[in-house]
Amino acid sequence: MSSRIELRGVGQTFLVRGNDDRQLREFVALEGLDLDIAAGEFLTVVGPSGCGKSTVLDLIAGLAKPTSGSITIDGTPITGPGLDRSVVFQQYTLLPWRTAQANIEFALEAKGGLSKAQRQERARTYLELVGLTEFAGRYPHELSGGMKQRVAIARSLSYQPEVLLMDEPYGALDAQTRERLQEELVTIWQRTGTTVVFITHDIDEAVFLGQRVAVMSNRPGRIKAIVDIDLDRSGAGDRDVRATAEFAAYRHEVWTLLREEHAPGRPSPAHRKEDAHVA
Amino acid sequence: MSPSFRTTSLLDERTEARPNPRQEAALRARGVSPGRKRAVTLARGVAGVLTVALLWEVLPQLGLLDAYFIPPLHVVLGAWWDLIASGELWRHLQASLVRSGVGFVLATVLAIPIGAAIAWYRPVREFFQPVLEVFRNTAALALLPVFTLLLGIGEASKIAIITYACFFPILLSTISGVATVDPQLLRSAKVLGLSPIATFRKVVFPAAVPTIFTGIRISGAAAILVLIAAELVGANAGLGFLITYSNNNMLIPKMYAAILTTSVLGLAVNYGLVALERRFSRWRP
Repeated sequence: MSSRIELRGVGQTFLVRGNDDRQLREFVALEGLDLDIAAGEFLTVVGPSGCGKSTVLDLIAGLAKPTSGSITIDGTPITGPGLDRSVVFQQYTLLPWRTAQANIEFALEAKGGLSKAQRQERARTYLELVGLTEFAGRYPHELSGGMKQRVAIARSLSYQPEVLLMDEPYGALDAQTRERLQEELVTIWQRTGTTVVFITHDIDEAVFLGQRVAVMSNRPGRIKAIVDIDLDRSGAGDRDVRATAEFAAYRHEVWTLLREEHAPGRPSPAHRKEDAHVA
Repeated sequence: MSPSFRTTSLLDERTEARPNPRQEAALRARGVSPGRKRAVTLARGVAGVLTVALLWEVLPQLGLLDAYFIPPLHVVLGAWWDLIASGELWRHLQASLVRSGVGFVLATVLAIPIGAAIAWYRPVREFFQPVLEVFRNTAALALLPVFTLLLGIGEASKIAIITYACFFPILLSTISGVATVDPQLLRSAKVLGLSPIATFRKVVFPAAVPTIFTGIRISGAAAILVLIAAELVGANAGLGFLITYSNNNMLIPKMYAAILTTSVLGLAVNYGLVALERRFSRWRP
């Protein structure tokens, strides 16, 4: 139920048109990015905004192909999306015309090989996992933001992927809901053993969730540092892990790494490169 | 003044203090303002209709309107009853219903798949867009002589022009509905490895349905409008024919009865389509 992912020298370039001069140019989002994600690991990725965090996730999801370098999952190159990986996006991506239950069934229909009764049964199981059994018949517009994201997570887990990719899934939620969902996610991860790659811009979230926190550099994105987190998260429901001294120390470490990226007057070689016009 | 009859402007009504959405969600209830009761709303509407009916009855009687050209309502209703009782109305209504029904269904059946195909492939969309703009802005009735030339004065030309008039609103709304599907939904379909056909069937089409319905409702109104106009010109049955025929023979109350029938038909079509739309978009907030 979990896979190893390797990114080697990954680069990603997009074609863009300047707003001011209407010129076509290349935009280097990622360059020479190396990252190893162990099977069953919970890895969080933080970085300055616009550093290419989401691009990394799109590449692992198979929604985009890297311009250079290689990405493998258990040694096999990734060529496109697959049901071994699932993605939870920040924007709610539930089908608004389907109920919570039917949205989970939608993923199972895509997977195939299950009868209607089996799909319904499985959908109920996963709704229970995220604590939404009694909301099975509600349409997305009748659910709160937190509930919608719980359904999205249940949908992603329902077809039992080996890797769960999450792109700032809690970014739009209020602070209390976010903390509760973080705690739930750790529990779910411990129960399912799925590899989780979780993108966020929130340092607290990264430290609370990750076994390791990968800190990305400014554009073009690279992995600047990896911080191992060794926190006792047991009983997170009753104990305020985020108030402990260890948590504060990890938080400060990641904060310092990120702050270096914000330091002004340090033009990276990236700037010259991305301004190069396309011939 | 009792609270249910106080007059409030739109400004007062829309800015009135009410529970916020989270409070409403927690209560599982909705905030209401005291002035808004279904019965009151309904009663006001009925009063409005009765006022117009009364004016129609009284003004000709008092000689303020020429009773020959605008007969009092009871005379018109009498003529209407005669039309119904003799079965004459039914014959004309049936002819009209068949024409507009066939034209409308034909347009829907053609426009939705063609619109979807045009929207799905960008080169096709770019090819058709300017052509469609020209056709859309050509009034269907302007083409009535063309249809008559090509298809004669019979049923075919009438059904063809109704189909034409209904086709473009549905086609254009289908194109825009399909082309503007939330890319985020498409991404999640892609992540699930859905085939293009499955993506269309399970994601794109359901997402486009509300937009398509906008076109369908416009077409419903267009079907009636063009029908009556086409029947005014050349027909030997139908509501439009009944209107001109009565007019030419100075059967004025009968003419108004026929006009009222077209109003009722228009209302029925619109309400029917709105009900259908509601049935298909129960999931919307």
